[in-house]
Amino acid sequence: MFLTQNLLEALESLTTNKLRSGLTMLGIVIGVGAVIALLAVGQGASATISGSINSIGTNLIFIVPNRSTDITVRRPLTLQDAQAIGDPLNAPSILLTSVLYTVGPVKVSAAGQTVSMSIDGVTSTYADVRNLTMAEGDFISDTQMTGRASVAVLGTTTAENLFGTSSNLIGETVRISGQPFRIIGIQASKGGSGFTNSDDVIYIPFTTAVSRLAQSTDGAPDRVDMIVAQAVSANAVPQASDEIKQIIRSRHNTEVGKDDFTLETQQDILSVTSQITGVLTIFLGGIAAISLLVGGIGIMNIMLVSVTERTREIGLRKALGARRRDILIQFLTESATLSVVGGFIGIGLGAGLAYAIGLIANATGNSFTPVVGLNSILLATIFSATIGLFFGIYPASRAAGLQPVEALRYE
Amino acid sequence: MDDWVIELEDIRKVYRMGIEEVNALAGLTLRVKRGEVLAIMGPSGSGKSTLMNIIGCLDRPTSGTYHLDGKTVSQLADDALAEIRNKKVGFVFQSFNLLGRSTASANVELPLRYAGVNHGRRERAQKMLRLVGLGERMDHKPMELSGGQQQRVAIARALVNDPAIILADEPTGNLDSRSGAEILDLLLQLNREQGTTLVIVTHDPNVAKHASRVIRLKDGCIEEDHVSDTKPA
Repeated sequence: MFLTQNLLEALESLTTNKLRSGLTMLGIVIGVGAVIALLAVGQGASATISGSINSIGTNLIFIVPNRSTDITVRRPLTLQDAQAIGDPLNAPSILLTSVLYTVGPVKVSAAGQTVSMSIDGVTSTYADVRNLTMAEGDFISDTQMTGRASVAVLGTTTAENLFGTSSNLIGETVRISGQPFRIIGIQASKGGSGFTNSDDVIYIPFTTAVSRLAQSTDGAPDRVDMIVAQAVSANAVPQASDEIKQIIRSRHNTEVGKDDFTLETQQDILSVTSQITGVLTIFLGGIAAISLLVGGIGIMNIMLVSVTERTREIGLRKALGARRRDILIQFLTESATLSVVGGFIGIGLGAGLAYAIGLIANATGNSFTPVVGLNSILLATIFSATIGLFFGIYPASRAAGLQPVEALRYE
Repeated sequence: MDDWVIELEDIRKVYRMGIEEVNALAGLTLRVKRGEVLAIMGPSGSGKSTLMNIIGCLDRPTSGTYHLDGKTVSQLADDALAEIRNKKVGFVFQSFNLLGRSTASANVELPLRYAGVNHGRRERAQKMLRLVGLGERMDHKPMELSGGQQQRVAIARALVNDPAIILADEPTGNLDSRSGAEILDLLLQLNREQGTTLVIVTHDPNVAKHASRVIRLKDGCIEEDHVSDTKPA
């Protein structure tokens, strides 16, 4: 009752000077609009960046043998190690594992063309772990894996090199080290990344690679070159790494501090990007905060003018029995109303701005979606109300502290 | 036993102007009976305004005691004084001092709001406006009213909290002679009918001659205190 009365009176007083109230509010509108738009752009940017990092595989852990000469006792990584890591009872933070066993380079020929290249022996889970998609056909199946089937999946570049095309090749035969392999799938192009062309590959079942192509098995038929483990999420990578270390240490009976394997993750990249996006957000937030601050000072300025202008009114109200608190609340309500209304308009403006930035970005070919989050809306609302109250306190307490006699005498 | 509504005892008010001290009121003693019409006169600088401010509880005396309607108010804190002004004093100013943004009715409601009255404010305000003859113009804003009508709104506002005294500071000073006379009639009529004590600060002898008692101030003291024998018409 009291509150609504105050609010009505504040609105009444603010609407009597619409232009001034509007201009004062503009400072907050722009400030909040900037906060919303910049936070949206920042969040969109960090989502896009972490999305592209995730496509590399931030949740992947690569386990390779430790090549350091300090290690004297060395056991090879095996398919059984990978299976032990893949067991959710042993390692709950790991979703999937696969192995990579590279043979070669060997001669690969088809349709009269011959190239020399390495052959990757992998398990059926490899496509899922490495996020491979098929342009045609299927990836290696479990049955083909256990049956040591002579099947192959080709990358698009390899297919082009051998056949001059990368389509309609399912069922064709390719000879690897002279042995015929049936093509069951063509991997969709991933594009080149760095020095390696991930489209110039041939995948065959791990078992087939070991039994048919390996020159020597070193007395360890299940030896692999690399185990790839996929953690349940990017955040679970450190936990998953610990689990992997424990499992392999106990399986290999390694001495303390002398692991015969090493782990490689994308954690470094992740931490760098989270640092970059963090700095970006602070930077954008800083700019926005400055404009909000300027808006707040604008409110304070206008409220001071308003208090001076209305000295007589304040004197009259005091003569009629207004206490200090009544006057304080009256002016605080006015400044808070200014900034909260400005804040709401600013949220609309900021959201519109963010949407426009998204449209422009998409039109120029950058896939990028600004995210106006509920938290940034809440933040902006609370922040603008706080600004209104904070910058309203000084003018309001000046008004409240006026002596009625002097205030009434004021011309 | 007389029923004193205002009891001022040896009131002094000292202003400091730089290093000089000015005695605006120099030991003034004054008692006003309930229902009296008191006119305070005197040239400027006589302490008239200072006395009015102290009677109206807008200011505190430097020394001396002041009982208003049986309550000692001379050394109350700001907010306590605000409450006394709200409940015991009705102000009528020379320049009306209405809130231009608000309707007549909202203006009259204002003291009730500060008194914490939440229910029936509008009804009470309207009753007062009818009493001062503005029943038809309750939702007009001050700009849409004549000077005399504005002063009627101010009088309604002064009365709405049923105060012990009405303190009028040159109530006819900004009005033409006809509306001035009407306003004065209204105030006197309220005094007769409601028994409200009326304190009028004026330098207009035409106003003063309607008062039941006239005091003249000079140099912060009462120079002359004249009680007329006949009740003014």
